[in-house]
Amino acid sequence: MCLAIPAEVEEVNFPIAIVNFGGTRKEVRIDLLPDVRVGDYVLVHVGYAIQKVDVKEVEELAAIYQKLQEEGIL
Amino acid sequence: MNKKELISKISEKIHEEAKDAGKIKIMHLCGTHEDTITKYNLRSLLPDNIKLLSGPGCPVCIIPDEDLQKVFHLIEKENIIFTTFGDMARVPHNGKSLFYYKAKGYDIRIVYSIFDAIKIARNSSRTVVHFGIGFETTMPSTALAILDAPENFCVFSSHRYFIPAMEHLISLGVEVNGFINPGHVSTITGIKAYEKIKKYGIPQIISGFEPEDVMLSILKLIKAIKRGDAEVFNEYTRAVTYDGNVMAQKVMDDVFSVDDWEWRGLGVVPRSGAVIKEEYSEFDVVKVFEDAFSDFVPVEDKAKKACRCGDVLRGIITPLDCPLFNKRCTPKDPVGACMVSFEGTCNIWAKFGVERN
Repeated sequence: MCLAIPAEVEEVNFPIAIVNFGGTRKEVRIDLLPDVRVGDYVLVHVGYAIQKVDVKEVEELAAIYQKLQEEGIL
Repeated sequence: MNKKELISKISEKIHEEAKDAGKIKIMHLCGTHEDTITKYNLRSLLPDNIKLLSGPGCPVCIIPDEDLQKVFHLIEKENIIFTTFGDMARVPHNGKSLFYYKAKGYDIRIVYSIFDAIKIARNSSRTVVHFGIGFETTMPSTALAILDAPENFCVFSSHRYFIPAMEHLISLGVEVNGFINPGHVSTITGIKAYEKIKKYGIPQIISGFEPEDVMLSILKLIKAIKRGDAEVFNEYTRAVTYDGNVMAQKVMDDVFSVDDWEWRGLGVVPRSGAVIKEEYSEFDVVKVFEDAFSDFVPVEDKAKKACRCGDVLRGIITPLDCPLFNKRCTPKDPVGACMVSFEGTCNIWAKFGVERN
């Protein structure tokens, strides 16, 4: 129920966008994120995009390395 | 360094930090966190003095039987189309569930989104009633649907605000040294919503759902507990901001007001219930079908007498301590709600075969 999955925005036709979940394309509502643009990554929950996500942090381990450095682990 | 090595490194650091930390209990508040913890067996990477408890973070699990019975009552009395998310359809009460009614020929439809329920209503002359469940993550979509609904659509609101439940848990005297806060609820509410819980002196961290996120969050909490620091930390920086999704908050505020509602396992939680406001009463099932509910009487389910879902939801016991777990109560034939939902602790433990060491 509270599962939310990141997806890339491919088409925007407010209040609907076509997003891509790693190969699966689906229509989602973007009423809650009116400034969404093609190429953004969004978290999708029960058919609605609820928040933009930082794609660099999603795709790369760089951010977690940085956090580990801050924690004095690396 | 790959993911596995990263997690091992964090585990080493946790062991080092925990040496002089005494006994620490950390409660997470999201079923999806329990899924990550159990799937990746993260408890085995922690020292014995660090315990991870699961709390009331499954929105299907916490809905009390009375709400479910009211839904059954309505379905039996009125010629409606009833839409629900799949998890909720399997929760049993007295041998019945929404799937039971579907099998009996009642018009129960599983939807992925409330948006799909609206589409059904637009293509039908019958009334469509949607089971509105979920915390702050799901509530904005229900609010939007109500603002955009056709006349033959209404909602049975079982939505509950999560953050009041945290304060309530603390008031019940649950022994917790740190909270891992629900990541996706927090995308909506923002970090700011947890400020008022700081007064209880328990550090909190908003965490993402990858195993390294959860491990890093545990490490940060242990450090904060040792320092006596009751801050709200944010590990899920890729999705959670201080203010959250302000538009979603506004939509929720426009449509819902708050009331004291019951939760399975927690009793009545002050200001946690999402009541549809008077101005949208034409979309509130309680008002639309007021007469149908007038003769409703809740009935106890004897099969649930030995079910300890409530204690699992308060983190008092683990599923292994329930006499029904994986015996009378299994994912295929559940007794309690925690065994039904994909976010229910009992379902997750049964699915991944957790056994006592």
